[in-house]
This record gives sequence, C-alpha cells and structure tokens, in this order.
Amino acid sequence: MLQDILVTGLVNGGVYALLAIGFSLVFGVARIVNIAHTAFYMLAAYCFYTLLVTAKLNVLLAALIAIVAVTALAALCYRLVIEPVRSHDSAVLIATIALGLIFQELMLVAFGGNFLGIPSTIDGVASFFGVSIPYQRLLILVVAAAVLAATWFVLYRTRLGLAIRATANDLEVANLMGMNVNRVAMVAVALSVALAAVAGVVVAPVFVVDPLMWLAPLVTMLAIVVLGGLGSLKGSLIGALIIGYVEAITVFALPQGAFLKGAVALSIMVVVLLVRPEGLFGVAFEEER
Amino acid sequence: MRNPLAYAARWVWVNLKSEVLVLPSRALVLAWVLAVLLLPLAWPDPYVLRIVTLTCLFAIFAASWDLLAGYAGQVSFGHALFFGAGAYTSALASLKLGLSPWVTVWLGVAFATAVGFVVGFLCLRLRGAYLSLATLAFPLIATGLLFAFPGFSGGELGVSGLRSVAPTRIGNYYVAAIAMLAAVFGLWKLADSKFGLVLHAIRDDEVAARASGINTPRYKLVVFAVSAAVAGMAGALFAHYIRVAGPSALEVALSFQVVIWGVFGGVATIYGPAAAVFILYPLTEWLGSFKAFGELRLLAFAVIVLAVLLFMPRGITPWVRDKIETKCPRCKQRNGAWRAQCRLCGAPLREVLASRAA
Repeated sequence: MLQDILVTGLVNGGVYALLAIGFSLVFGVARIVNIAHTAFYMLAAYCFYTLLVTAKLNVLLAALIAIVAVTALAALCYRLVIEPVRSHDSAVLIATIALGLIFQELMLVAFGGNFLGIPSTIDGVASFFGVSIPYQRLLILVVAAAVLAATWFVLYRTRLGLAIRATANDLEVANLMGMNVNRVAMVAVALSVALAAVAGVVVAPVFVVDPLMWLAPLVTMLAIVVLGGLGSLKGSLIGALIIGYVEAITVFALPQGAFLKGAVALSIMVVVLLVRPEGLFGVAFEEER
Repeated sequence: MRNPLAYAARWVWVNLKSEVLVLPSRALVLAWVLAVLLLPLAWPDPYVLRIVTLTCLFAIFAASWDLLAGYAGQVSFGHALFFGAGAYTSALASLKLGLSPWVTVWLGVAFATAVGFVVGFLCLRLRGAYLSLATLAFPLIATGLLFAFPGFSGGELGVSGLRSVAPTRIGNYYVAAIAMLAAVFGLWKLADSKFGLVLHAIRDDEVAARASGINTPRYKLVVFAVSAAVAGMAGALFAHYIRVAGPSALEVALSFQVVIWGVFGGVATIYGPAAAVFILYPLTEWLGSFKAFGELRLLAFAVIVLAVLLFMPRGITPWVRDKIETKCPRCKQRNGAWRAQCRLCGAPLREVLASRAA
C-alpha cells in the first residue's frame, strides 16, 4: 500500500503541477481566472485520441499535433472572446465558464458521453528499490518533469520570460517600459494551455477520456493554486505534490476514501487559507484599486 | 373625503401615474409582477407552470447571490452550498421528524443562515480570487461528506418522497411566486438602504470603509448570513417542489449557473440576476424541448451567454436600462429616453446629449 501511495501521489502530483502552474501563470500575468483551463486539457486528450485511434498516426506525431492544435485554439479563443471583454472582470469569468461548457458540450455531441480508452502507448513495468511503476505512469512523471524544467528555463532564462514576469509583477509599468502587454498576455495564455495540453496527452492512456473529465481536475487545480498562493509557480508545484499525496493517502488509507478524497484535499486548502490567507507562497498582491 | 374607496383609488392612480409609469423600467417591473401573479389564470398549462415555478425559485437564488457578490464584492463560487443546506435540512426534517413543510422550510432557512455565518467567518480574511476559489471548495466538501455517510443522507440518490408545500399545482406556483416577489423586493429594498450603501463601500475599497469607521467584518458576516438565508429558502422550496433533495443541489454546475445568471443580468442590481433567470431558464427549457436541440441545450445556453456578453459586458439589464432611460445631468434622476426635459428639475436632456455627441 505504501508503494501505491508513493507512486500514485507522485504521478498525480506531476499532472496537477502541469495544470496548476499554467493556471497560476495566466492569473499572474493577466489576472484571468481561467475556468476553461482544464477544458483545454480535456480537448487535448480528445484530440490525441482522435489522431491516435481514429487516424492511426504515430504516437509522437499525434501528441505533437494535439498539443499545437489546442494551443492555437486557446490563443484564438483569447483573441476573439477574452480580449474584447478584458476590462470587465466578471465578464471574463463568465466567458471562461461558457467556453468550458461549450467545449464540454461539443465533445459530448461529437464523441458521445461514453468513456473512451486509449491503448497504452508503451508497455512494461520499471522497478526502483522494490517499487514497481508501469512505464506509462513513469512517462507521465518524466514528461511532467521535463516540461516543468523547460517552463522554468523559458520564464527565468529568456527575454520572453523576463517580459512575462515583468508583466505579472506590474502590468502598468511593464506597459510603460514599451512591452506589448496584450501580446505578452496572449503568449502567457498559449504557454499555459500548452502545459495543460501536455498534461491531457500524457494522462489520456492512463485515465479514461470523457466530456466531463475536466471538472474533477479543475477543482483540484484551483485548490492547489490557492493553497500554493495565486501567481506563485513554486507554490503551485509544492501545492500539487501536497494535494497529490493527500489524495493518494485518503484513497488508500481511509474507508470510503474515494468519496472523501476531494473533501480532504479541499479541507486542507481551507485550513491553510485560515492560517495564511495568501496561500503558502503567495505574494500578497497590493490592493488593486 | 366622503368616499374612502374613491380616495384610495385616486391615491393609487396618482402614484402609479407619477411614480411608476413615468419610467419605462418601473413600468416593466410592474408588468412583470402582474404577469407573474396572473399567469396561472391566463395560461394554466402544467408544463408552463412547472417551468415558471422553477424559474421563480432560481430567481430567489440568483438574487441572493447578487447581494453577496454584486454588492459586497464577496464573489462566491460555492453558492450552491447554501441552496443545498436549505434543501437537505428541510428534506431531512420533514422526513425524519414528520414536520409540515411550512415549518421545515424555515428550519432550512435557519440552518442555511448558520452555514452562511460559518462560511463567512472562514472567509473573512480572504479577498478577491482567493475568496472565490475557497468558497468553491465548501459545497464539494459537503458533497464528499454526504457520499461518505449514505445512511443519513441517501448518498447519490438523495432524500426523496417529500411532501409538497401546497396541495395543488396552482398553490405551489403561488408559494414560489410570492416567495420570489417577497425575496427579490426585500433584497432590493435592503440593497437600497444604508446597509446596501455600506456594502458598496466594502466592495469598492475595504480599507477605506474600515478607515471610515465601518466594522467591515461584522457587515461581511451579516451579508453572508442574509444571502445564505435567502439561498437556503430557495433550496428548501426547490426540494419540496421537486420532492427530492439530492447531491445535484450542491453541484459545481449550480454554483457556476448562478454566477452566469448574475453576471448575465448585471451585478449589483438584484433585479438583474432575477431578470436573467426569467430570460435564460425558460429559454433553455424551450430550446431543450426541440428534439434536435435536446442534446445541444447547454451548448446553446453557453453560446447565447457568450454572445450577449461580447455585446453587453456589463450585463443585459444595465444595457437595456441605458437604452430606454437617460440620466438627468443636473439632478441625476432617471428619465424616459423620449423626454426632452428632466421630469423633476426641468433641465434640458436632449441638447446635452447632442452637444456631447458633437
């Protein structure tokens, strides 16, 4: 049971980290609470399914096309739907909820409400120190680690990353320094959705694909982001691991655990917020008036 | 005055003419109230009555969200918690204790108020997006608990076999309609009072409000409790109307639904979210009644909301109100859009508009 907890917690934590960091990035840069974030994750899973199972493409090619297509779609949605109402916070919120619902319903119409399984892309089991991990789950972990490292590199070692961080830090000053704030926001949206799409593609062979698969990770992701501190990437990563392990422990160790896993994870978030209202690593945003 | 009846009639007519009919928005509200009250006499179709009853209950729910989110700025993503608290309390009390629904609805309201108080207390230090996302968690925690103890809560199936509040269909309709009118007008009055003014201040600048001597935590607790009480009433009546209190009353979808209604109608108006429910709920039901549209109902709903928001980002009621009324530049009172002079201070309305356009 201990090894189950170790492996499940780490794998789920990796997936959650991919989702939470992207969400946190968009919130930091553009102050958009993007409810549709995990809907893009679902879209990527469906896209991957179509390309792999229906169109019978090569695995790598299918994954790549799925990620690029979903990212492009996100940039398009941002341009057409979010940008026109950017100055009205509540309208942005509803727009993202509506986008999530639209994607859910479109997938429901296109593929039906059935659970779709994707055959595993690599078989076999690896074992470390007596703990056995199927390669498929190991792949999730490796991809998550690699993508997170790449994101870190982009954010902290490139000019683009500097622009993104500057905009997150102070939008008006960044604008005065001659950055195209709207374009930076769009790039941040694209980057964040690309992370979600990667998550969707790597989990598709392990989980089942269905139109409602975005709701459960949405709530968990929001809990993680709030737990770690909105806009803090380090916080999102650590929060993701905490929640991943808490869920794994609840599922394996408590009776009725599968029902309670969300409740326990969310209760931890509430407790953390009671002690530290800005989350574990949150930068207390100065009051925006 | 020889004839008090004639006097009263004249008083009503004068007030109606000079206070209500002069403003198209007030005339619309009057027409809407009359339509809600007279519907069962004019169109006693069971299906229509059912839709409008549910619309009324959801309108109560949406209005309660607006007091909390629109006025006080505590944008709750978990408003379904209060709805569900009212529904489950009333349902369990009426089944396990055998009380009449007329009593248990108030028990539901009381319990929802207590829940609102607790949630408000937990959220006192949170603000903005943190508050929204933290409130999202509460109904999910409650759902997890309900599923973990199916013996008490009925698990996924919920609590069924409830008695309805009134014996007849029309009776049930009037319970919902009158509760809705009372709740919406009550909240509207409350939001227009000094209390509502303080809530505006807290939303716009909490630090400044506190600096002006307002006990903001107390106001926030009270607004959470009031909003939760009204939402709980909607939930309790809803449970007795559909005769089931199930976990769907706590769903994320319902919490999001109320946010959509609120923003679509226009926040910080009370009547806006209620109007949005009266537009969107029957519309989605009507779309769902088409065979071809049955599966596309939610899709159509989302597309309509998105399209409307792109054109009216402040919501539908402020947009309509600005079309049919103008604000007097001198005394800030509202006037029908057709008037050339302010009805109260006589300031010219047209020339100002013309010069602004030029």
